[in-house]
Amino acid sequence: MEQGLAGGSGPAAAAAGTGGLLLPLSETEQQRYSELFSRCCPPPEAAAGGSSVGELFRASQLPPDTLHQITEVCGAKRVGYFGPAQFYIALKLIAAAQSGFPVRIESIKNELPLPRFMALKNDTEVRYGTPAEFHGVKFQVPHATLEKNSYKRTDEGDKQEPKSPPMSPICSPPASPSTYQRIPLSYGYGKARSGLEQQHGAPYEVRHSTHQQDGPSSGNYGAKSALTCSTPNRSLSVEREQQDSSTQYADDPWRITEEQRDYYINQFRSLQPDLNAFISGSVAKNFFTKSKLPIPELSHIWELSDVDCDGALTLPEFCAAFHLVVARKNGYQLPETLPETLLPQYLQAACLKPMRDCALFDSYPEPLPGSQQTRDFSRTEKSSAEEVSDNSALLQDGKKDDKQALKVSTTLKTIPKEFQHLTVKAAAQEPHAFRARPRSRSYSSTSIEDAMKKGEEPPTPPPRPQKSHSRASSLDLNKIFQQNTQAVRSGWLPPPPPALPPRPSVSQTEQPSEVELHPQMNRPPSQPEENSSAKKEVVLAQPPSKPARRKLRTEAQGLETPELSPTINVTSSLPAVKPHLPVQKQSSKQKRAIQTAIRKNKEANAVLARLNSELQQQLKEVHKERIALETQLEQLRPVTVL
Amino acid sequence: PSQCDLLCPQNYPLYIRSVPTENELKFHYTVHTSLDVVDEKISAMGKALVDQRELYLGLLYPTEDYKVYGYVTNSKVKFVMVVDSSNTALRDNEIRSMFRKLHNSYTDIMCNPFYNPGDRIHSRAFDTMVNSMMMQVC
Repeated sequence: MEQGLAGGSGPAAAAAGTGGLLLPLSETEQQRYSELFSRCCPPPEAAAGGSSVGELFRASQLPPDTLHQITEVCGAKRVGYFGPAQFYIALKLIAAAQSGFPVRIESIKNELPLPRFMALKNDTEVRYGTPAEFHGVKFQVPHATLEKNSYKRTDEGDKQEPKSPPMSPICSPPASPSTYQRIPLSYGYGKARSGLEQQHGAPYEVRHSTHQQDGPSSGNYGAKSALTCSTPNRSLSVEREQQDSSTQYADDPWRITEEQRDYYINQFRSLQPDLNAFISGSVAKNFFTKSKLPIPELSHIWELSDVDCDGALTLPEFCAAFHLVVARKNGYQLPETLPETLLPQYLQAACLKPMRDCALFDSYPEPLPGSQQTRDFSRTEKSSAEEVSDNSALLQDGKKDDKQALKVSTTLKTIPKEFQHLTVKAAAQEPHAFRARPRSRSYSSTSIEDAMKKGEEPPTPPPRPQKSHSRASSLDLNKIFQQNTQAVRSGWLPPPPPALPPRPSVSQTEQPSEVELHPQMNRPPSQPEENSSAKKEVVLAQPPSKPARRKLRTEAQGLETPELSPTINVTSSLPAVKPHLPVQKQSSKQKRAIQTAIRKNKEANAVLARLNSELQQQLKEVHKERIALETQLEQLRPVTVL
Repeated sequence: PSQCDLLCPQNYPLYIRSVPTENELKFHYTVHTSLDVVDEKISAMGKALVDQRELYLGLLYPTEDYKVYGYVTNSKVKFVMVVDSSNTALRDNEIRSMFRKLHNSYTDIMCNPFYNPGDRIHSRAFDTMVNSMMMQVC
């Protein structure tokens, strides 16, 4: 088949249009091809550079074996280089392939549209040809909205969104000159594209969607983003090696976007109406089993997301777990450790400050905690997390949506669409020291029931009898919190800079976390936390300290929400005089602490009393046995003794 | 060389990890025979309340090559650790802390609602923990 072609041809560069080739090229084609050829092959040489040609071909978005076929057919393989003839033939073949024709010489004898190349290059001539292939919702990589991406530099996994938000599909290129220089190969697609799109709007898009090989690798071909116009928050790109500019967050498959978060919160609501409570293990198990992932994977997801390992999911933990499930369903491998953006503290903070959400995201341009700010933030969160480590508790309800809960199965399907653009981050997120958080467990006297009960708690269980089971026994704090919330809120309205009383080192873990918190005084949430937890440690003995801290944490969080909301209910038992509030706050905190301590002690008493009665019972039985044995012995003795 | 075993109340293994992996069979056998000792120890407390029993069983028996340590949780899940006798630097306290870590990780696994008690343990977190621990020992 090659006979007809390469045979002739005149390496007479540009003119290759018709002449030696048996291949008729139209005007536009000629122009285009020669342009492309000259790009691939600097004029003095006669043949195009293999690598640039290769890139160009790959940018055509055809499957690799088609490209191989084309290379063969056009004769480059045979002659060993891409001369102009071969090049033009190849281009024509690419056009044919893109139009759906088989890669044969015959097919290129016809009129064909110009070959399309997805590309990288940034050319001042590039124009947006296609009208609206621009779908807000679809994240499909090689969308026709690629036009925008021609301004984007694309690397492995480097996906950036177009810079100008008011990006209409057909608008003039913002032209990032910087990216221009970075691109090794420049394609002049402007003419081609405009000519092309006019002719083949729809089929173009369709073809490209079929060529989407796999999400991640198609990133090479420069097509991404598309969405900025539609939803500013939709996160598309994966990694940002070069922070070009305005593109913000939008990076991580492990970052939860606003919509996703809302969705997760709704799902949470459907399982557990109170956003501050948690979902028990069995409920969550049923829920996630519906996603039809294999059990070992679900188990792993649980392990990752249940950071405090209490057998229940709080709202951020639930969001993280759900996010992992969705990601997994979309084909992403589960990470070994929980990504930073899915940490409960991180998510909590995001929930906690809905206003600052965007700011938060803005301040974390890189997924990795490169910036000091991130580190400080995570450290603060970490320390506060450590304090409340076994706290599966209570979240502030940052979002108060009233959407309907959707069915899991149906909604899981919608969610996957959102992820198709995402690719897994290559660099693993930093390992989490959170997992290594210390625990103060007292094993010498844990009973069997404790071990068994850990996984079976309903969201609001009755007060737990065993005080030694530190994590479960705090679940009744919900009630405490609700009872006290009225008084608490008013009393804690303005959090003063706390004067921390000297704390005994109840546990060494809490010490460093407290210390760490000190420098972070500027973070208001940490203040009431610190204060309350500090007080807590003073007041309570260690085993009950965790649930107590949790309680105070919830109160602190409850405090934060009123802080955020403009209106605050002032219905307290304390005289609500502003100047006196700080003092009253201290005393009310102490009262709170004492009350909690009293309750804990009462529970402990109950436990011990029960234990006592059981022991008494056993003692009685043992006595009876002993008596029986002795009488037996007596009966037998006269026989043996002679 | 050492091995770490978790056994369920019915005495079948939930988790076995050996470092290095040769001679594993010998370790398995050792663990199996040590089960008798474990049972003897926990039944010795007979009628006493479970709470009063110490979880750490200590050195079950030493042989010429290795030492076997045992630990039983309140739900009768047994942890057995076989360590080389040449590790004279390994003190009782360290063994205790290792068992404690194992127990902690085990309870974490139990918290996972997708884990059914009695299943083999496949948790990656658990694996990493055990690996790091055994690296210390060897």
